[in-house]
Amino acid sequence: MFDFSVVTTWINQFLLDTCGMPQWLTTTIECVLIGVCLLLAYALLALFYIIYERKICAYIQCRVGPVRVGPWGLLQVFADMFKILIKELIHLQNIDKFLFALAPYLVIIASMLAFAVLPWGNGLQIIDFNIGIFFLIAVSSIGVLGILLAGWSSSNKFTLIGAMRSGAQMVSYELSIGLSILTMVCLAGTMSVGGIVSEQADLWFIFKGHIPAVIAFIVYLIAATAETNRGPFDLPEAESELTAGYHTEYSGIHFGFFYLAEYLNLFIVSGVASLMFLGGWMPLHIPGWEGFNHVMDYIPSIVWFLGKCFLLSYVIIWFKWTFPRIRIDNMLALEWKYLLPINLVNLVLMVLVIAFNLHF
Amino acid sequence: MATIQDKIAALCPEAQFEQADVLQVTVPEAKWHDLAVALRHDADLAFDYLITIVGMDWQESMGCIYYMMSTSRGNETLAVKVIAAGTRKSPYLPSVFDVWAVATLYEREVYDFFGIIFVNNPDMRRLFLSIDWVGYPLRKDYDTDPKLNPISTESERQSDFTDTWTLEKGKLVKNEVRVFQPEDFVVNIGPQHPSTHGVLRFRTCIDGETIKKIDVYMGYIHRGIEKLMEGLTYPQCLPFLDRMDYFSAQNYHSGMCRLVERAAGIKISRRAEVIRVMMDELSRIASHCLFMGTFCMDLGATSMLFYTLRVREQILDIMEKTCGARMTFNYPCIGGVMQDLHPDFQKDVKALLEIIPANIKEYQKLFTGNVIAKERMVGVGLLSKEDAISYGVTGPSGRASGWSCDLRKIRPYSIYPELDFEEVLATEGDSMARFNVRLHEIEQSAKILEQLVDNIPEGEYCVKVPKVIKLPAGHWFEMTEGCRGVLGIYLESDGGTTPYRVKLAPPCLPLAGVVDHITEGMKIADLITIGGSLDYIIPDMDR
Repeated sequence: MFDFSVVTTWINQFLLDTCGMPQWLTTTIECVLIGVCLLLAYALLALFYIIYERKICAYIQCRVGPVRVGPWGLLQVFADMFKILIKELIHLQNIDKFLFALAPYLVIIASMLAFAVLPWGNGLQIIDFNIGIFFLIAVSSIGVLGILLAGWSSSNKFTLIGAMRSGAQMVSYELSIGLSILTMVCLAGTMSVGGIVSEQADLWFIFKGHIPAVIAFIVYLIAATAETNRGPFDLPEAESELTAGYHTEYSGIHFGFFYLAEYLNLFIVSGVASLMFLGGWMPLHIPGWEGFNHVMDYIPSIVWFLGKCFLLSYVIIWFKWTFPRIRIDNMLALEWKYLLPINLVNLVLMVLVIAFNLHF
Repeated sequence: MATIQDKIAALCPEAQFEQADVLQVTVPEAKWHDLAVALRHDADLAFDYLITIVGMDWQESMGCIYYMMSTSRGNETLAVKVIAAGTRKSPYLPSVFDVWAVATLYEREVYDFFGIIFVNNPDMRRLFLSIDWVGYPLRKDYDTDPKLNPISTESERQSDFTDTWTLEKGKLVKNEVRVFQPEDFVVNIGPQHPSTHGVLRFRTCIDGETIKKIDVYMGYIHRGIEKLMEGLTYPQCLPFLDRMDYFSAQNYHSGMCRLVERAAGIKISRRAEVIRVMMDELSRIASHCLFMGTFCMDLGATSMLFYTLRVREQILDIMEKTCGARMTFNYPCIGGVMQDLHPDFQKDVKALLEIIPANIKEYQKLFTGNVIAKERMVGVGLLSKEDAISYGVTGPSGRASGWSCDLRKIRPYSIYPELDFEEVLATEGDSMARFNVRLHEIEQSAKILEQLVDNIPEGEYCVKVPKVIKLPAGHWFEMTEGCRGVLGIYLESDGGTTPYRVKLAPPCLPLAGVVDHITEGMKIADLITIGGSLDYIIPDMDR
């Protein structure tokens, strides 16, 4: 299997030895390079997700979706992007201008930071350190701060209700996400993202951990849908109740940031799910089937990772276009009365499975 | 009839009786409130459903005609005429808001148009017109000078206060009452809001996510249809009916035609009757399909809209072929219908009937069985049968509360008595019941269409009617089952070519009036569900 660290090491060596640059300059240049790649990947993924969702939703609703601009309407998203870039930012009166401007950046920074630890492919990871998954959970919860600020600073009752709903929702569902990830960390025995992936070299965790892993996977999928504010948990921006929820007052690219962050969060939660349950970039290996495993290795690791992400995203998008929106009290009841106890029991179950070595 | 007449004569010896199409009693203003209480609560009278209050200006005097129905005693109707006391400048009548809950709203409407003050009504604001409007438009001496009511370039003045009037020693005294308290957190839902289905505005007082009180604010699409009709001939009046509840355009239109035909003594051909009934039922299916789509969209299930619109499109195609329009059809006319059916009509209706059962099955699979949908609808927005009658909630929403109010069954008109169909009733009175009643009404409408599609008799589609339609002096009252409930039409003629007074009593006004009652203590999200399940159409209530 091709290891991308060959490329990264080569760039590093090239800058250090061939060009004879000092260490600090090399690191700076590498950081800038990574930043540019990250932004590019970020923008392209968001655009892909927009057309992806529009197409899926169109087919669910017996429509064809965008078809006019470009082949299969693929250029429609670029047109939309330019439209949103050139739109005017409307200045509102009686708002907290600083917080109002800060909020979209907080949201987008949170999702961008989470990109740092995702295992894109074999050796293709920005940073791999021993508390990787912990870092990911931590930074992704910064997003709620941005949403709360957006709702509060807009000086609008609808946004305030949206923000409060969002706060209640994200704080609640963060528990489920954390606990289901913790369950899998127990199985992996490490918090390092690279470590978790290599632990799944012989078998993906969802198969390895059988019953508790499947339970954790389902809980994670529900909580992740809620965490990304997507239907049926899109209460913070319930358009039929709160017009657009917390981002009602935003216009132009500031609104675009919220919009982008929503899609990127969808990618991130799918990425984390594929990391924790479906082996990250690791191809499907089945112990004993050497030939099969060898064939699987021919598919590049980045294809594996993106494929898993898009598949999981498809499931979450499918939720949105099928289910009606849940009500706030039912949503909180679902978390606190069902998911949380299930999760706690599941954690104990997983520990027992590991202690008695009952996993595959 | 005699017993009611005797009973009322015993209660109120001054009462005068007149037998028009509905028995009409004239009682003096001083006795009216006591008589109203007796009419409502006396077991032998039990007129528990107030159909409408018709404000009237007879020039020498002003007053109201109250149309009511007894749901427990064979749906008998009665009209009570009361002449207002006081001067023409400030006429007044006792309020009957404590007898029929819906009267609060109807009295506001009469006050808005005629300036008749209802003493003790807790909320005596204008209903449709803006707060600073000069004059009372439906009075015969109303000054239409545009200088009096110029088009404002500023926002409409808003008030947190409402008026109540009391009678002290024969003098009217005005008191101001707060609608909301100063510390209340009031969210403005509408008039520009995706889920009010038009320009309706709810001033919603909330505590966290819980609704404490709702003040319904309407009139954003008030066009003064009743006033306009007074200056138009009868055929010219008809197109306005299409523009009230535009999803019941056919039903309303044929209702008005039926009223004018009855008044003018015109007998229409059976072919026309069958065509009208078929169009009514097609409209009903289309309307209920749209209801299901938009209601699910209110709940966040966007996909459902497209599944229901698929059926509605097919109906609109049928309508387009015959009527030439996809909305505001203007198809029935006095004497029959405008033009004959399109040759494809029978074939298209049969194709439609074929796909309906499969579609209903699909809707149930997709939505009614969904656990989130159940959670959102079951037990939400409970409306008891008594309240439904008292608030005048008719149509599928009333039938979901167990009130048998389908006029096609209880006071059959046209060819409905010959048809085999069932009135869909539910007893739960929640949003789920309102949804299911409509779903099953589609099946019943399809059943009616099945009986008629192969039995459209030959004959002329429109009988010969005089070029100029003149009605004899008198007044008539007609009720039609629209897609959302009972449309009552009151028509008074002074013998000329234009009506003296037309009163349209739409079903959607009480539907909006009941929102405050059934949302109290519910969540904001429930307001949307309840509003969606009541399925009001704003142009219908605002006229």
